[in-house]
Amino acid sequence: MRRRTFLTGLGALGTATLVGCGSKSEDKYVADPGALQVYSSQHENLTKAWAEAFTKETGIKVQIRKGGDSSMGHQIVAEGAESPADVFLTENSPAMTLVERNQLLAPLEDATRNQVPAHLTPSSKAWTAIAARSTVLVYNPAKLPATDLPKSLMNLAGPDWKDRWGCAPGGADFQAIVAGMLAGQGEQKTKDWLKGLKSNARALQNNIATMKSVNAGEIPCGVIYHYYWYRDQVGTKEGSGNTKLHYFRNRDPGAFVSLSGGAVLAGAKKPAEARKFLQYITSKAGQKVLVDSQSMEYAVGVGVPSAPELPPLATLQAPPVDPFTLNSDQVATLMTDAGIL
Amino acid sequence: MPAFSNVPVRYDEPLADAPAIAGRRTARTPRLVVIAAVVVAAVLVAPLIVVFGQAMSAGTAEASRLLLRPRTVELLRNTLLLVAITVPVTVLLGCGAAWLVERTSIPYVGIWRGLLLMPLAIPAFVSSYAWTSVLPSVQGLGGAVFITALAYYPFVFLPVAALLRALDQDQLDSARSLGSSGWDTVRRVVLPQLRPAIAGGALLVALHLLAEFGVLQMMRYPTFTTSILQQFAVGFSNAAGSLLAAVLAVLCLGFLAVEILFRGKSRIARLGPGTRRRPVAHRLGAWTVPAILGLAVLVALAVMVPAAIVARWLARAVATQAVDVGPLLAATGSSVGLAVLAGLVTTVAALPGAWLLHRYPSRAAVVLERVTYISSALPGVVIGLALVTLAVQWARPVYQTAALAVAAYSILFLPRAMVSWRSGLAAAPTELIEASRSLGVSGSATFARVVLPLVLPSALTGFVLTFLATVTELTATLLLAPTGTETLATAFWSASDELDYVASAPYAAGMIALSVPLTVLLRRQILDQR
Repeated sequence: MRRRTFLTGLGALGTATLVGCGSKSEDKYVADPGALQVYSSQHENLTKAWAEAFTKETGIKVQIRKGGDSSMGHQIVAEGAESPADVFLTENSPAMTLVERNQLLAPLEDATRNQVPAHLTPSSKAWTAIAARSTVLVYNPAKLPATDLPKSLMNLAGPDWKDRWGCAPGGADFQAIVAGMLAGQGEQKTKDWLKGLKSNARALQNNIATMKSVNAGEIPCGVIYHYYWYRDQVGTKEGSGNTKLHYFRNRDPGAFVSLSGGAVLAGAKKPAEARKFLQYITSKAGQKVLVDSQSMEYAVGVGVPSAPELPPLATLQAPPVDPFTLNSDQVATLMTDAGIL
Repeated sequence: MPAFSNVPVRYDEPLADAPAIAGRRTARTPRLVVIAAVVVAAVLVAPLIVVFGQAMSAGTAEASRLLLRPRTVELLRNTLLLVAITVPVTVLLGCGAAWLVERTSIPYVGIWRGLLLMPLAIPAFVSSYAWTSVLPSVQGLGGAVFITALAYYPFVFLPVAALLRALDQDQLDSARSLGSSGWDTVRRVVLPQLRPAIAGGALLVALHLLAEFGVLQMMRYPTFTTSILQQFAVGFSNAAGSLLAAVLAVLCLGFLAVEILFRGKSRIARLGPGTRRRPVAHRLGAWTVPAILGLAVLVALAVMVPAAIVARWLARAVATQAVDVGPLLAATGSSVGLAVLAGLVTTVAALPGAWLLHRYPSRAAVVLERVTYISSALPGVVIGLALVTLAVQWARPVYQTAALAVAAYSILFLPRAMVSWRSGLAAAPTELIEASRSLGVSGSATFARVVLPLVLPSALTGFVLTFLATVTELTATLLLAPTGTETLATAFWSASDELDYVASAPYAAGMIALSVPLTVLLRRQILDQR
């Protein structure tokens, strides 16, 4: 009896091993050597839409590795010149700047650069903007009448805003906004503002949670990027039906526009295909894919209008910040010192 | 009367160290087993060395700046508070439920046994997700305790129920006939036998709480682990994250020490399986209805409500044709493949250490075993990043292969297999092995013919526990899974992170569907154990 139990068990284990080994040998557990390797911290839907359209157009297979901005940038640096990545796409520019500072990016081709306005690629020609997003204040008019809206993002650090706003300080999106503030307002003002954030703001897990919290009336307003709100508006309005957007404008730190970046890695195994991919996503066709994907991010390609629901990028009066120097290193340190991270 | 032929041996005396020491002296520790145990321990410690190395690289000034600040105190307080409240709650729930099911006249025992284990099939982050989607007020410390206690009490229930079921009624009757009161019998006969199970279960709960991320992130309750993840997500300040991870590792060491103290030195064993009298059920009488209600509420909160909410979102996903079958199948395939591999590797890797500790108990063996717990207390992402660092520098060929992911799972989940092996080996007392050896059977043959048949159910338990944990592992998988591999957990997380309840429902349902049969298997195991 005991022996039978034992033998049955052994048989089960053996079968399981075979199943295990069988599935291990399938290709889906290894990166496809025939496919272009794209490291992307951009939204999955958009990255997929680009990859599928690109494959359809060129026949080149694309494999996507997902991640977050900072951790993925950090990962590429850790992997060094041997990184399996051919292309890197980010949501915000600081992660790209990190990789650039480690000299891991290949220079862009002029043909690609010329597809986006000159001020959207760094002078180093190492990468290009592929999309853009604007900072907004989402607010619940039932809890915060439009007349009481803050004039500046900086005001939210004041004592009258205690427990009255929220944000997602752990995310790369918000840290990019702080990086913009740091570049425009200097270290002392940013430090003081972060101190105010620590005592005033509810820390939420991401932009969507922030928006939904405002929508549910748990907090009167929150700092997010614009496209989360627009995506919900064209969809079910489940998370934003009770809310409105406030644009700070006036070159306020709260009017910060963040660039999503794209680049070819210096150590790319498929450099030609990688360049072609970057050229495609910044082309008219590629930017049209972005607009059609309903990601509601701003298109950056020359002559490609963004989704009609969005106020034009030029009217947002973003602060004059050089996106190519934004330093999240220092932001992380400041936020850690403020007890936020 | 078979009942009398069945003499239990030294089940509760704070054992008589003599036989153990004699055993140690007579048997020479087999070198191969030692080597295997040392290799496993070394692999498990490697990520820890990376973490401490990175933490040290910060330098004293930077380290004290990062650690000696109010935030660290806040995180420490939050973490300890969560453990201090949740662990006793899980012990109460686990032991209470186990006692009701195994030792009382409560009806429908079979059904309860299955239902009470079901939380194992519903990942904690799925359950917290389900609760917050209908009750956003479930958050903070209260919400975190609520979700984690309901999700983790089976870690206590499982071993305690198995032991209570196996409890020999004759022992209890002997105690009673020798004049012990009911409570005295519990205190002197039952509790000593339960102690290792309770201690082991509570330790698992505590370690899970230390490493929990998904639930606490959703509950917006910052602990060391959520903060470490934030630091790693920031990515540029590796030292800050590693320092926090090092503190977490120290906390884990503290818990391990507490568990050793609590476990005590008593040993439980019988000479051979023998026959034992089925326990006499405690008659509940008028308490039957309240007892049923209590269990029903527990099961409803832990299983039914979350499952119903997931089902509701799933129904909506189906109705709106939002279910993408291809990716769902692919993710299921990846989850199963990785989990089977992880289960096998982990179960095998845990054996040498457990065997040494059981057969050749010594300080060194205890250290080898305990070492396996430390890395597992670290959040998956810390292990993941440490393995990335190691693989990038020393083992490029395994980088971004399933092998590295499986290694991470083994490092993270080895204690589950270890705990299972240990309770199984406890059922194979030294005396049996010595009898076999004295009859001229070789060591390895004794292991195969005497020990393995007795412990195989426990080995399977270890495999199943590891499998279940792997299916729901998130943060290490995000880092280590080969490019293009999406598991149910990662797909669920990317949808739920965007609070897309509908899109995440099929993956949540997938994880539950995969876990339910295994949970049923676990239930069988408790039944079959004797």
